[in-house]
Amino acid sequence: MTAVAALDAMLARLCPMFALVGPTGHVLAVGPTLARVLAPREGIGARFLELFEVLRPQSVETMAGLAALEGARLRLRSRTGASHVLKGVVCRLPEDGSLGPVGGVVLNLSFGISVVEAVRDYALTGADFAATDPTTEMLYLLEAKSVAMEESRRLNHRLEGARQAAQEQALTDPLTGLRNRRAFDLALARFRDANQPFALLHVDLDHFKQVNDTHGHAAGDLVLRVAARRMLAVVRVDDVIARVGGDEFVLLFPGMEDAADLDLVARRLISAIEEPVSDGTRCHRVSASIGGTLGRMRAGDDAEAIMAVADRALYAAKEAGRGRFVIATAPPVAFPAAARNDGQGAAMRSR
Amino acid sequence: MNGLINRALDWFVRDTFGEALRRGLVEALSLGEAAFEPLMPCAPDVTERLLAALAERVGRAPEEVLEDLGTYLVSQPRTEAVRRLLRFGGVDFIDFLHSLEDLPDRARLAMPDFALSEIRLHPEMPGLYRIEVGACPLAGVALGPVLVGMLRAMADDYGALVLIGSRGADARCEVIEVRLLDAAFAHGRAFDLGAGPVVR
Repeated sequence: MTAVAALDAMLARLCPMFALVGPTGHVLAVGPTLARVLAPREGIGARFLELFEVLRPQSVETMAGLAALEGARLRLRSRTGASHVLKGVVCRLPEDGSLGPVGGVVLNLSFGISVVEAVRDYALTGADFAATDPTTEMLYLLEAKSVAMEESRRLNHRLEGARQAAQEQALTDPLTGLRNRRAFDLALARFRDANQPFALLHVDLDHFKQVNDTHGHAAGDLVLRVAARRMLAVVRVDDVIARVGGDEFVLLFPGMEDAADLDLVARRLISAIEEPVSDGTRCHRVSASIGGTLGRMRAGDDAEAIMAVADRALYAAKEAGRGRFVIATAPPVAFPAAARNDGQGAAMRSR
Repeated sequence: MNGLINRALDWFVRDTFGEALRRGLVEALSLGEAAFEPLMPCAPDVTERLLAALAERVGRAPEEVLEDLGTYLVSQPRTEAVRRLLRFGGVDFIDFLHSLEDLPDRARLAMPDFALSEIRLHPEMPGLYRIEVGACPLAGVALGPVLVGMLRAMADDYGALVLIGSRGADARCEVIEVRLLDAAFAHGRAFDLGAGPVVR
């Protein structure tokens, strides 16, 4: 075997995408993988620069120009087929002619980052890459990570669903940070089960709808947040304050049995809420109507019955004009389930 | 990584023994869906209990169940991703056998907390290989039997005719023997390197 043939055989194994180019610029030999890339064109015999366009470091028109790029990092584009951009490096053959025609060059090419498309377009297999080439490992890793990413995406999707469900189950009103309806119901049930006396206020903002309709939801949300903060400043630490509707709040005062105390709190709440709310450019004014009741529930009592009493008081307050507090004097002990419908305890005092 | 193993067992049970048996197992062990989340941490003893309960229900030894699991993972469409990832290991079955020692590293590249036992391949004589699988660091699942099932299916995949069997285990490792009768017995299944990941 001649030295040249031996070189070809070694290159074919070590660099399956090599090209041996003679001094005239014609391809003398190509590695097996490069042959697949060039197919159906027969690479051998063609001029290398007709098969590939050199893009970087500069375009090249002649064989001398190609040889002058020895050692540089080349970027080339295939002029045939799928026109992939390849990476390459060129080496001049020795001047003594021992490894091939003097003035010839050896090029080694690779797909670089476009390898994924190239593998698909040329239907390459593991055997098309040199034994030391990490391309197969790269493809493995890419695929393994894609599988893991897809699994991660699915997990995130499931977790998001769970988060939304948990939020619905949660006890906080996200806008105001107050307790929500669910938390209020739980607190009321707790008082009932402990047979603990308490007072209850049902607060409804007056003129809130106008703020919302005229100045938009952002203004409305601001008013709700400020009202919540001001109400919190009026109540005690152990009192429960919840937002139960758009502009509706309920407050529970454990241990409060005196109507005068409740009256005082209600009037403080109204005046706190009536303070103007500034959004930096304008002032919004709202007020509050409040219905309240005092009582105590026993195990088995219907929690909704006491709410119904407070609701009626609130309705009366609204009827009496804005910014009013009405207390419904409830029966001394309990709110049995029937209380909801019979209109009892309706002796109301307007303040 | 036990979440991933549980998921594999879960699919295997569902596809092999049916939804009813699967539901019975999950209810008997009071397992939530989180136990089958591949990316969520899960206690190894869940896998152990799952495997023991499954083996009992189907009246087989746990090792036999694991062998079938290994074959299932390579040969079923639902787990095509596993077959593809394994096929990246070698261009033919012998090449693949030699890549087995890299398997734990490859698994870790894919999922950093995926800790497979060490695997050693010893060519005994032409066509005869002894594989030593380190005693499993994961509670609950021995890798050896799973690998036996996987190797059988991978041999089919490459079109190689082989005899594969367990040669017992000691405290240190399990030993598997692979006798290659014909490396190019059949055509095997196609492996398109660039087909991209399988989307379920």
